[in-house]
Formats: sequence, C-alpha cells, structure tokens
Amino acid sequence: MKKKLLALLLLLGLLSTVLCGCGDGSAEKAADEGQTSGSENQEAPGTADHPAEITVGIAQDLDESLDPHKAVAAGTKEVMFNVFEGLMKPTPEGDLIPAVAEKYEISDDQLVYTFTIRDGIKFHNGSPVTAGDVVNSITRCIAPYEADVLAVEALSAVDKVITAEDDRTVQIRLKEPNTEFLSYLTLAILPADYDQQDTAPVGTGPFKFVSRAAQDSIVLERFEDYWGEGAYLDKVTFKIIENADSILMSLQSGAVDMFAHLTSTQVAQLGDGFNIEEGTMNLVQAMYLNNAEKPFDDVRVRQALCYAVDRQQILDLAFDGYGSLIGSSMYPAFGKYFDDSLTNHYSHDVEKAKALLADAGYPDGFAMTITVPSNYQPHIDTAQVIVEQLREVGVTAEIQLVEWGTWLSDVYAGRQFQSTVVGVDASTMTARALLERFTSSASNNFINYNNEEYDAFFQQAVTAADDETRTAAYKQAEANLTENAANVYIQDLADLVAVRKGLEGVRFYPIYVLDLAGIRRTA
Amino acid sequence: MKRGNGFLTAGLLLTCVLTALILVGFFWTPYDPNAMAVGGKFDGPSLAHWMGTDNFGRDIFSRVLKGTGTTVSIALVTLAIGAVCGCLVGALTGYFGGPADGLLMRLNDALTAFPSILLALVVISILEPGKKANVILALGLVFIPSFARVTRTAFAGLRDVNFIKSARLMGAGSVRILAVHMLPNMLSVLLPALTIGFNNAVLAEASMSFLGIGVTPPDASLGYMLSEAQGMLFAAPWYALGTGLVIVLLVFSVGLLGEGLRRRDKGVL
Repeated sequence: MKKKLLALLLLLGLLSTVLCGCGDGSAEKAADEGQTSGSENQEAPGTADHPAEITVGIAQDLDESLDPHKAVAAGTKEVMFNVFEGLMKPTPEGDLIPAVAEKYEISDDQLVYTFTIRDGIKFHNGSPVTAGDVVNSITRCIAPYEADVLAVEALSAVDKVITAEDDRTVQIRLKEPNTEFLSYLTLAILPADYDQQDTAPVGTGPFKFVSRAAQDSIVLERFEDYWGEGAYLDKVTFKIIENADSILMSLQSGAVDMFAHLTSTQVAQLGDGFNIEEGTMNLVQAMYLNNAEKPFDDVRVRQALCYAVDRQQILDLAFDGYGSLIGSSMYPAFGKYFDDSLTNHYSHDVEKAKALLADAGYPDGFAMTITVPSNYQPHIDTAQVIVEQLREVGVTAEIQLVEWGTWLSDVYAGRQFQSTVVGVDASTMTARALLERFTSSASNNFINYNNEEYDAFFQQAVTAADDETRTAAYKQAEANLTENAANVYIQDLADLVAVRKGLEGVRFYPIYVLDLAGIRRTA
Repeated sequence: MKRGNGFLTAGLLLTCVLTALILVGFFWTPYDPNAMAVGGKFDGPSLAHWMGTDNFGRDIFSRVLKGTGTTVSIALVTLAIGAVCGCLVGALTGYFGGPADGLLMRLNDALTAFPSILLALVVISILEPGKKANVILALGLVFIPSFARVTRTAFAGLRDVNFIKSARLMGAGSVRILAVHMLPNMLSVLLPALTIGFNNAVLAEASMSFLGIGVTPPDASLGYMLSEAQGMLFAAPWYALGTGLVIVLLVFSVGLLGEGLRRRDKGVL
C-alpha cells in the first residue's frame, strides 16, 4: 500500500513537471553546449591569442533560400543585412548613403539617376563589382524571370536600367518622378555570373557568408576587402534558439554573447554580466478604436478612454519602465515628423474621463471588447493593464484573444472589431507609410477614421512642392489624430538588446536590422 | 468492514479542505485577483502575500484561489458532459449490442487512438478558441470515448445476469432496466472512472490554458498561470512552484479519494 502511494505521488510529480517544463530539454542542451564552447567566450573575445569571435542568438531559423531577392522573413533580412548591400544603404539616423555606388546624380527632371560604382569594390568571392552586375541585380527584381524571386513593386516605376559609357556607370530611367525612389535602391547587388546564392550567398557587405546548418546556426566572417571601415569582429556565429526559456540560459551559460528583441522580464532576469542597450521597435502601439462602431463613433468617448488610460503605468507594469510614450501615429525615431508636444496631450485623469463619458450619455460606462493577437505577449500584457485601468472609469473591457491569421482577416481586413491593441509599423521609411492609412478612402484604414480636415492635411502634404510645407502638413495631420482621439496611443516599444560586458557598439536603425559591423571589444 | 480506510479518509480530508478554499475563493480573496501594483512586482512570499506577487504585482494567492475555482468548475462541467454522454453511448452499445455496437466502438477506438489534448485542440480550433464554453465543450467531447468504453463493458456484463433477465420477463422497459436495475450496480466501476476523469480534466484544462487556448487573460486559471510563470522561472520561482503545487494537490486529493472508494468497494484495505 505504501508503495502504491509512493508511485501515485511520483506520477503526479512527473505530470506536473511535464506540464510546467515543456521544452526544458532544449534548454539543458543549450546549457551543456555553453560549458564546452563557452569557456573562451566567457571573457571578452579578441584577446591577443584569440581572434575576435562572438555568438549571437536569433529566435528563428532563416528562410530556406539565403538569396536576398527571395527573402521573405524579417528575421532573414535582419541577419543578411551584414552580408549584402545595395547601391545605397541606410544609416542609423535614417538617412541613405552611397554603398556600392560611390556617388550619384539625379537629373533636373528627376527622371534619370546616374550612379558611379565605387572604385575597386569587390564581391566576397573576389570578383570586382561591374555595372553589368548592378543592372542584372535590379532588372532581376523588376519583373522576376526566376522562380521565387520577389518583384519589388516600387521598381515598376523604372523605365530602363542601362550601363553607360564605361563599366562603372549605371543609369536608371524612371517613367515618372518619384521622390522616394532612392530608398528602394538598398536592394542587394549580387554577382551576375554566380548561381549559388540560395545556399552560399555572395554580396559586398562587411561580413561574408561561411556556412549554415539548418535549424542550428549561420557563420559569417569578416570580409577583408570591404570598401569601407569594415567590421571589428573576425567571426560571428548566429545561433538559432527558438525556445524562449533557453534564451536566458544560453546567455547566462556563455553560449551566446548577444541577443536582440528581448522582453523586459527576460532582461530583468539576466543579471550583471550584460549591458542592456535600448532602442525602439519603430512601432506605433495603440489601442486602435473602430471609429465607425458604437460607442467609439463619439469623439467624447474616445477622448474619455485616452484620459482613462495611464500610459506611464502601462510601461511600468508591463514593460518595467522601458518604451517611449507617443501621442499620435508617429514614432520618435522619425525625428523629422515626430511632434513631442502631442505626447502628453491627454494626461491620466479619471475625473475628466468620467465627466466626458457622462456627457456622451454613458454615466455608468459601457462594456467593450479588446481583440488582441494571441502571439504577441507585449500587446496581451498591455491589454491586461488597460482592462484594469478602464474599470476605474466604469468601462468593463473584455480581452478576446485571436490567432494572427484571424486578426488579419477579421480585424484588419474585415474591420469587424471594437478595439484592438497592436503595433503598426511603416512599410517604408516615409511618413506617408504611417499616415496614409487614416485618410477616409484608404483601403487599409481599418479604424474607419473619417475626418475631412485630416484628408485635406494629408493631401496638402503629398502634393507639397517643398519639404518644409510637407513636414508641417504631416505634423498638422498628426495633431488632428491626437485631438480627435482617433486611437488611444500608447508607446513605441523598446527593443532591448543584451550584450555581454566587454563588448560595445550596438547600433539601432529605423528599420529592422541587426548590424554587427560596429560591435567591438571595449577599449 | 468497519476498519478505517486510510486512502478514503485522507482523500476526503484533503478534498474538503480544497473545496472549502475554492468556495471561499468564489466570494472572497485577500486581494482583488486582478488588481495591479506598480511597486509590488515580483515580491517573494511574505505574510502580506502568501505566495508572492507576479509580474503585474498581482497577489498570486488570490489568483490561485480564483484560478482553482475556474479550473475545477471547468473540470466538473467537462466531466458531466463526458460522463453523461459516455454512459448513454455505453448503455446503448453495451445493452443492445448489434451493428450499432460494432460501429460505435470502432469509432471509439479511432478516437482513443488520438492523444486527447490533440483531439481537443482540433475541436476547439473548429469551434473558435478563447471562449470558456468552447474549452468545456471540446474537453467534454474528448472525454466521452473513455466513459463509453468503461460503461459499455459494465452494461454488457450485466445484460445476461439473472436479475436483469427476471426484470425483462416481468415486462420492465429498457429505460427502466438501464436506469433502475443496471446503473446502481455499476457505481463501483463508475466512481473510480469519475475521479480519474476529474483528474484528467483538471490536467487537460491546465494544459489547454498553458498552451494559450483556454481561458483568456486577465482571468486566472491554474494552467494559464503556470504558463505565465514559465517565463519568469528565474525572477519569480515561487509563482511556478505555488501554482504547480496546487495542481498537484488537487489531482492528488481526488486521486486518493478514488483509490479509497475502489478499495472500499472491493473490500480491500
């Protein structure tokens, strides 16, 4: 009888371990590896005897093909940013600088772009970059003739691409002027006569590709013949760690030296061995309100919600204080268009919120649903805090978790929702990408915002002849969103990167990349 | 046979304590289970917070009280669906036999071939996830086959026993025979099946919520809390321990009760 009791106890213990420890196996594995390979990484890499090598953790495997013109996943582009370059490349400040090109000229009618290729620039395989390679790389993406190569929509504006005069000059003729055209020329330049891009990619970036083990790792090495300053590190290994719980263990055991996009909870558990660099995710996180749906068709109700939500408390509770508050559909990294005076337009004020609700005919509040995609924990956490805060003004909010696919079809495309907490990003580095969606006729205006004044401001910005007028009009449009409380704007989420002490040089971009060229040992 | 039955006593005692706690949790908790506190994140267990606080500064003990109630009520309703429908199927197939018996039992075999959680996942994804009623329904459906199998054997075994034959000769209808003559005689089979089923239901709800398809936040359920705790194992180990311990206790107490009942009926001590 005693034995049976014991067996029963053991079984129960086992069941509960299984239940709370899904995926512990991989964690242990990672920790084991840390002991074997991590010993030389424990100290800052790059001492006299050791070459500078680091291991960077990434949360998912790359696309099957490493060809940059076929890459779909943001995670692939993020890593391969170190390997490939276009005629132009983005800077951390959000500008564009010539990369493969040395200089460029734009004709007065804005139709002809003439690029001069950098003298002596080489691909990783040693062959020089010629005008032919550039023409081939661009035409490849205008109207793809190879399987899986993705057409770049903006390139359809190209009339023709020709090599002119010599082997170092490329001319691109447009069908009509396009002020944003240069930002699409970050498209990777590849050697024309090379057909192994899928498995052994070759580019011109500061790092060259060495090897890849699917589901496990990708190895890059410093490219000695890089045209610019080049990388500090000799070798970088990207280690794929899909299980969220093993990320911490890998960092702590020394198996991984750097990891991007961590949560504040993960960071809080890391301990002393790491520096935490804080950038921004470049997202407009808000509780988006369906402006066509009752009761949110009343501006007073929307304003009341803005007053009821304490955004600083959201940061403190759900993000350990990380994140940047915003007041409209623009994030701080967009310095030129970001208007900080809008950030505190609505300060937390329960009484004011109640008064506005009473004014709108809801003295006792109302019930509402917040739809949240179930795969984004930061948004779920935010929604939980909002539910609590809304209770104080008498509004009973209920969270409805939906899969990402359902969210896209029902909320975003179908506009069947009351409110939703998500982050909206910009598809290109332009203010237009963030603000066009709130014009009354925009197909992606999922909140059904309908404001004549706003439409006018936006039209003014798009058609503006000079930059100053454009910027001013965009800012007026942003203020319009804030004053009419189109949404309950919350924050731009923090992008937290953990770097082992002894390393420095993390650079943040307004786009989703992980630039390793600047990483070096602390002097 | 009046000697004490250790299993039964211990099981009853533990179950009573837990039931009392759950009942209390329905009406009163030390703190509001959803109230957040900026200053009190990740506080360890103390006199003020018996099980510490979580990442939002919510009192874990209060949430465990509420969450256990949620989990147990889901488990009970699930069990009811499974047991009632399972018994019906078992009675029909076991008592009447024939081609329906063969067909239903083969179907039953096919269903039991799937891991139950997988089956529940399929059902729930068809029904639309995130609703408590759907979790209950999905789990309930999944529990039918095992009850059907257990009761079918019992019904089939009783079918040709003399007192049933006599009842039939006396002109009793099938329903009366099944309900009045057979059902009370198979309680010894049904009771342990119910207690085991309850435990499975608790674990199933916990795993479903753990996987993120059970209850929705900020509602508490043991499984959901455990999945939250998983991400904070280093920052707040007490969160996973406290929640896990309650699940273990819950399953253990009812397990003891079931074993006790089985032994009493068999006359073993």
